[in-house]
Amino acid sequence: MNGVVLAAEGGVAADFSAEPVLASVVKAVLIVVFLLTSVLFAIWFERKVVAKMQLRPGPNWHGPKGLLQSLADAMKLLLKEDVNVTRADRVVYLLAPMISVSASLLVFAVIPFGPSVRIPFTDFSTPAQLTDFPVAVLYILAAASIGVYGIVLGGWSSGSTYPLLGAVRSTAQVISYELAMGLSLVSVFIMAGSMSTSQIVSSQAQVWWFIPLAPAFVVYVISMVGETNRLPFDLPEAEGELVSGYMTEYSSMKFAWFFLAEYINMLNVSAVVTTLFLGGWRAPVPDGFLGDALNTGWLPIIWFLVKVWAVMFFFVWVRGTLLRLRYDQFMVFGWKVLIPVALGWVVVLGAVQWALTIAELPRSTFFYLAAGVVVLVLLPMLFWPEKKRRAEPAEPETLDAFADGYPVPPLPGQKLPASERFGKEVAGNDR
Amino acid sequence: MTPDMAAMTTTDGEAFLFWVLAPLMVLAALGLLFVRRAVHAALCLVFVMVSLAIMYIASGAPFLGVVQVVVYTGAVMMLFLFVLMLVGVDASDSLTETIRGQRWIGLLLGLGLAVVLIGVVSRATFLPGTPLTENQVANPVGLARILFGDYVLAMETVGVLLVTAAMGALVLTHRRRLETKRTQRWVAEQRVKALAEGGTLTPLPAPGVYAQSNAMDTPALGPDGRPLEHSVSRVLRIRGQEKAAPASLVETRSAGQVSTVPAATPDGGEDS
Repeated sequence: MNGVVLAAEGGVAADFSAEPVLASVVKAVLIVVFLLTSVLFAIWFERKVVAKMQLRPGPNWHGPKGLLQSLADAMKLLLKEDVNVTRADRVVYLLAPMISVSASLLVFAVIPFGPSVRIPFTDFSTPAQLTDFPVAVLYILAAASIGVYGIVLGGWSSGSTYPLLGAVRSTAQVISYELAMGLSLVSVFIMAGSMSTSQIVSSQAQVWWFIPLAPAFVVYVISMVGETNRLPFDLPEAEGELVSGYMTEYSSMKFAWFFLAEYINMLNVSAVVTTLFLGGWRAPVPDGFLGDALNTGWLPIIWFLVKVWAVMFFFVWVRGTLLRLRYDQFMVFGWKVLIPVALGWVVVLGAVQWALTIAELPRSTFFYLAAGVVVLVLLPMLFWPEKKRRAEPAEPETLDAFADGYPVPPLPGQKLPASERFGKEVAGNDR
Repeated sequence: MTPDMAAMTTTDGEAFLFWVLAPLMVLAALGLLFVRRAVHAALCLVFVMVSLAIMYIASGAPFLGVVQVVVYTGAVMMLFLFVLMLVGVDASDSLTETIRGQRWIGLLLGLGLAVVLIGVVSRATFLPGTPLTENQVANPVGLARILFGDYVLAMETVGVLLVTAAMGALVLTHRRRLETKRTQRWVAEQRVKALAEGGTLTPLPAPGVYAQSNAMDTPALGPDGRPLEHSVSRVLRIRGQEKAAPASLVETRSAGQVSTVPAATPDGGEDS
């Protein structure tokens, strides 16, 4: 497209000016293949890791270490009967999973896997990225907002109550968490001075953004879990309440598409957080280490993948640890905590950045300033006297379990009266 | 319409994209007018919006295109769809007139708009296309300079207007709480208290799930095999739509188990 050619010039680090169409096509195919195989691996990975956390073996039957389990599951889904609900709105019912999957496939187009790489045995070098343009990160947000249509339409078109409720929840959830997510990304834009992914990665040569922008990083990590409908924020498909939410009435391949989209979305947000906050494809070594040998050629792709899978592990870890939130608590958290924090942080960062520009101080002053503020805030907290507990009325030593008319167990610090039968001899007991 | 148009050239790719998307967009726009169900109309609009965004990007305005999707498709249209879905899952518009002469007035206004639009479009002159400069290409930066430099007052005014509107909506929909909030702890304590007067600690039992009947209207069976009347929704009971539990189930269960499981009546709980 025309936009791609134009984008090569301003505000973008990667150079796509000499990119033949064939290279783009090959990259697009590689990305799709990468995503599909990663999803198969991710399902196995998640089940295996959660199993280890819960002290059970997990899938171990098909293939070595159960690696082919997800392949077997995919085959099963392909061959199952495709049930269409009679009450469903046929066209939309079919369209919804397609929208979900295609929107989730869009994001990786602007993710840089590495710097410019030379194809072996040729003189042709090309950026390890399908495309990039000055508003690439906004494009990622746009793709995510299209993806919600899949969930919403799927829930509505099923013509059934639980899916509709799941769809409504997911709309509210994604809209409110996308606000916090967008605001946390703004601080990266301010620091990097660009919205192009390759430019953001190259701006992290000195320091990865998650250190100076820690508050924004925390907000992004929380909202990315909300955005992908994962535990503890998986309210749109909460099994205990909504059966499985928007995909209750889907079966066979249409269900598999929703499933695929969910896992691709996990990979998407992991790749985005890697690119924006965790240094993208940069090696975890200081700038200029070994003459930058670790940050050139094909090696950076490995760093990128390692980081993405570390974030994926975090996803699984959170799932294995936390319980699902109640819906109202979840919304209160999003609107009254996350958004104000993200907003306040952007204002503070903007003010500091402006002050530095006015005073013509280097960027590094900001880091020292931030470190100083953190120390100033944390030091008093260390020596802050602990809040005294409200003096509670002294509990009676022995508990009157029947005080409210119904037997209750003792609270910590209370003790039960000695049983009346304690120490008594029972007549006729031979033991 | 003017000779200047010849000066504007498009690349082959852009022309191809236009001729693929434009007919589809026209079809979707017509669909928006003629489709019966409101959700389908909304979908047609979404299609037009997204295609328009692709056109913007192809014309070298990536920021405009992406913002079009994020703001209009992602937020505004989603809220529309949200309301449509909640108003009625199956509601299609009724075609009866609610205001007298509505159609004629609508037709007249539509004609007026068409005349104005045709007039404006036919008199428009096209400036010769100029290639983008280096500065314009990185267009978020250029756009930011214009919006927050030249037009900063207008931007701030619009911002204040939006905030005022949002505050107004909050004030209008706000209701003062008449009683104290029922917290989770309070509810739990009340339940324990009510237990002494024959209340239940757990949620009410769900209605029975049987293959022979619709589950909502059939009472569940207790551990003693007797149907639990209060497991069926109160509304159904008042309407008289409650069904009896299948007789076969009640009989076999109670015959087999009554002797081993004592009936859990409030007054008959003593072990013999």
